[in-house]
Amino acid sequence: MSLLSVETLTLRIGAKEVLHGVSLGLDPGEILALTGESGSGKSMTAFSVMGLLPQGAVPAGAIRLDGTDLLRLSEREMCRFRGQAMGMVFQEPMTALNPVQRIGDQVAETLRVHGTPRAEAEARAAETLARVGLDPERIPPSRYPHELSGGQRQRVGIAMAVALRPRLLIADEPTTALDVTTQARILDLLKRLVREDGMGLLLITHDLAVVHGIADRLAVMQGGRIVETGPTAGVFAEMRHPYTRQLFAASAHRAELGPRVTHGPLLEARGVVRDYPLPRPHPFAKRDSHRAVKGVDLDIRRGERVGLVGESGCGKSTLTRALLGLEPPTAGTITLGGAPVRAGAKDRHLRRRMQAVFQDPYGSFDPRHSVGRLVAEPLHLADNIPDREARVSEVLEAVGLSPDDAAKSIHAFSGGQRQRIAIARALVTRPDLVVFDEAVSALDVRVRAGILDLIARLSREEGLAYLFISHDLSVVRGICDRVMVMKAGEIVEDRVAEDLFAAPEHPYTRELLAAAPVLPEREREAS
Amino acid sequence: MLTYALRRLVSLALSLAVASLVIFLVVEVAPGDPAAYMLGTGAQPDTIEALRSELGLDQPRLERYLSWAGGMLTGDFGTSYTYRAPVAQMVADRLWVSLPLALYALALSTLLAFPAGLYAAARRGRAGDVAVMGATQLGIAIPNFWFAMLLVLLFAINLGWFGAGGFPGWEQPLAAIKALTLPAVALALPQAAILARVLRSALIDILGEDFIRTARAKGLTRFEALWRHGLRNALIPVLTIVGLQFSFLLAGAIIIEQVFFLPGLGRLIFQAISQRDLIVVESVVMLLVFAVILVTFLTDLAYAWVDPRLRRRA
Amino acid sequence: MTFRLLPGAVLTAIVVLAALISYVWTPGDVASVDIAAKLQSPSAAHWLGTDQLGRDILSMIMVGARTSIAVALVAVGIGMGVGVPLGLAAAALRDTWLDDVIMRGNDLVFAFPSLVIAILITAIAGPGALNAIIAIGIFNIPVFARLTRGAALSLWSRDFILAARMAGKGAPRISAEHILPNIANLLIVQGTIQFSLGILAEAGLSYVGLGAQPPVPSWGRMLAEAQTLVSIAPHVALMPGLAIVLTVLGLNLLGDGLRDVLDPRLRAVRT
Repeated sequence: MSLLSVETLTLRIGAKEVLHGVSLGLDPGEILALTGESGSGKSMTAFSVMGLLPQGAVPAGAIRLDGTDLLRLSEREMCRFRGQAMGMVFQEPMTALNPVQRIGDQVAETLRVHGTPRAEAEARAAETLARVGLDPERIPPSRYPHELSGGQRQRVGIAMAVALRPRLLIADEPTTALDVTTQARILDLLKRLVREDGMGLLLITHDLAVVHGIADRLAVMQGGRIVETGPTAGVFAEMRHPYTRQLFAASAHRAELGPRVTHGPLLEARGVVRDYPLPRPHPFAKRDSHRAVKGVDLDIRRGERVGLVGESGCGKSTLTRALLGLEPPTAGTITLGGAPVRAGAKDRHLRRRMQAVFQDPYGSFDPRHSVGRLVAEPLHLADNIPDREARVSEVLEAVGLSPDDAAKSIHAFSGGQRQRIAIARALVTRPDLVVFDEAVSALDVRVRAGILDLIARLSREEGLAYLFISHDLSVVRGICDRVMVMKAGEIVEDRVAEDLFAAPEHPYTRELLAAAPVLPEREREAS
Repeated sequence: MLTYALRRLVSLALSLAVASLVIFLVVEVAPGDPAAYMLGTGAQPDTIEALRSELGLDQPRLERYLSWAGGMLTGDFGTSYTYRAPVAQMVADRLWVSLPLALYALALSTLLAFPAGLYAAARRGRAGDVAVMGATQLGIAIPNFWFAMLLVLLFAINLGWFGAGGFPGWEQPLAAIKALTLPAVALALPQAAILARVLRSALIDILGEDFIRTARAKGLTRFEALWRHGLRNALIPVLTIVGLQFSFLLAGAIIIEQVFFLPGLGRLIFQAISQRDLIVVESVVMLLVFAVILVTFLTDLAYAWVDPRLRRRA
Repeated sequence: MTFRLLPGAVLTAIVVLAALISYVWTPGDVASVDIAAKLQSPSAAHWLGTDQLGRDILSMIMVGARTSIAVALVAVGIGMGVGVPLGLAAAALRDTWLDDVIMRGNDLVFAFPSLVIAILITAIAGPGALNAIIAIGIFNIPVFARLTRGAALSLWSRDFILAARMAGKGAPRISAEHILPNIANLLIVQGTIQFSLGILAEAGLSYVGLGAQPPVPSWGRMLAEAQTLVSIAPHVALMPGLAIVLTVLGLNLLGDGLRDVLDPRLRAVRT
């Protein structure tokens, strides 16, 4: 008998049905990955199992855990199951822990809620924290969440979920918010816990490469239905459903860059340093500072496509802000086409020549303005564009939208369309350089592939140079001629993309490449 | 933690210094010649001159400020012109009525607000929540001094359970507490309504946080999650309001004292205003401002006790 | 969620109308003293009865509404007019010492409750309605400054502000074009709340004699004069109090209702 069996689960939220007869099974000691794009219903399936649905959600069908139908249990009975028979790990380690409670107490709570006496619960919480890799010498249970890194917090989250050795563990995008090297270690930890405890793991993830690296079986969800399921290797080999094939193709997508054509220097940075003041230890102390960027030299030539890769906290955002002239560097010089880039200076010609596209498609636009006004915002920098309306229409068409969209409100557009509008806004002044700051990180794979194609086309057709900043090596690989790797405020490797990926020189680059999950070989060749 | 407390202490001292300077400038510099102002229009020039030298007005202003502020620090508030008595002693006597009244009201308001706010948050959207919120909506609309008059009408005049006013002194502690009870209730109820609303909305915000979902995944019931994880986090905004409320209660106490004929700071300061006794006004105002700044300081310390993230940072 | 907006708007409209009508017509003459008709209970001739000098209480309340509304409105105007630009400036100058100076200054003003400011002014300049306006107005400044700064700071960290900076716009222009319009709803809601608090504060100040002086009628002083008569003629004390409660209730419901309609996520603060 399987450990977990979900039978024709449907879920209504208000008048809307979001799950339409989902069925899946999970055996003890097995890892089942549930994958699909956002809105496919994979998280809702997980929350249905835990009985933690939003108010007004009505599930129907059956969810059996060791034969007990969870949907027939009262709330009180469900509370006994949660934490004891099944545990859950969440996506955001930064917000999933109570900020005002010690981590040891938070893990011990799982035990105490289910009847373990205080002293024993504390001892077992300490053991569990050690078991998930938090060395009690370095990270004692008396720490608070804010004193831990993201990966360490996620370990605490896992410790809370497995403290009572549940039969079922559900992990909802457990590594999506983490850096690639941390992700690899957390996935290893999950694999080890499954092996040691013989529990079943239901892993929710949007990342097919992660699925390939960890899952025994795989279920692909689309629009509230499971469209394909089976052993991971089998599904990857056959891919019977077209949606599965689309997902694979988009995940492995490489944009068609065309040959590298560059002429003359464009952006030059020399010895860029950026310090941030730290809070004083006491009111009369001298203020210390943290050096986020430690003397970076960087060149981008006209028409060149350059990638900048690094993990969170490596200084790439700080460097980007300095390059864009949004914040002044503490030391060093930045020039664009020979003219100095100065933060705060109202040098309209310089601003016109360098534009940016940011990460959050929903935060990138003033919600009160029409698309036309949003796209035209930088136009006052450009004296050489007389007919503004015509220019707005032109760039909207260039990014695959219609000139009629200018009159619409931004609320009418999806995340992918919004990133196209952001690109239109960046292009409207005919800049020489566009900085893409994690511009595709918030998008689903198929939408992301479309945006990458658009960027590549613009570069081919208009000779646009860009700096593409990302934490994701596989994305950068498909869209850049040259890649820089940044670590701890320094650029440790800067080479032609092909060479860097084929034979990384710096140990850190090698570590990054080794940690990055990969799709199966066959697929990469096919796409 | 120590660093944080030290930093707050420096800020407390700075605030006091600036506030005292502002008060000094308003009271002793703005009216031109305070001595002439205090004595009124009919005063003889030699009487004014006598008062000037008594108040030290012939000294340079900076020196006067320093000696006034220095006196304050050592408990010397000067001498009242109208009462011919040390202001410090007069203020101390009155403070023994106003301060207990404000604290009594603060305790009542907190005791009422916490169960009400918790209950409303736990029953969000249901009949109990609607009833509590309706009551608080009315509570925040009632002026406390008018509410006090209604209490007098009902409990003192019609029912005769309490006296209509006056204060027997702390020699009779029970009678004193009884005399402060109606004023404290009048002060506390509107404040409790505000506090309950703040607590409810803070709790509801926190119920949407990820860590509440984590707690539920461990097997806590909805109410256990609210109680163990919600309340402490909700304390952060609630503390802000409690801190602010103390200053409102102290100011409110001064007004309420008029309804109940209590011999507190209120009566002292209104008499001083009508008699133009600037020395008393200056001292009482400084004391009130000191109380507010001190409570802000204590609130800051309480934040650090509630929120470990603050102990490290500035 | 109009179940709060509608009664709030109706109550507020009644009070404002009563104040406006009082300029051209009142049921009785508030200036004429008729000792023979003193302390009458509500009747057909005097709907809300008469006070200790025989004046019609309804007329007194109507004229008193003018004082309350004028004081509270001007005080909110002062608070917004000074506080909002200060808050916008502080947010635009975040990370600099100027932000610190502005916010420290705010904290300092916060240490002076309206009553204390009114006491100080009255002590050196004598009583009057202007004192109440200044005292409540000054107290409103840090309320709006803090609110504006907080809301503006969260906007400054959004990507669309970065985009505006990339478009070469400076902080003053971004504050005017992007920040202010996006926090306007919040300011309107908070303005309504401060207006209701202003009515309460004005009543308190005139009750203790720090606000409007005779012959200008005001609700707070009507209550002060009625206090000794509570046992003989409770209606004299009840009516002005009810007027205050209904006005404040109406404004609060209006504020909540506006928030529900404009944006339920708005975080106005009430202290």
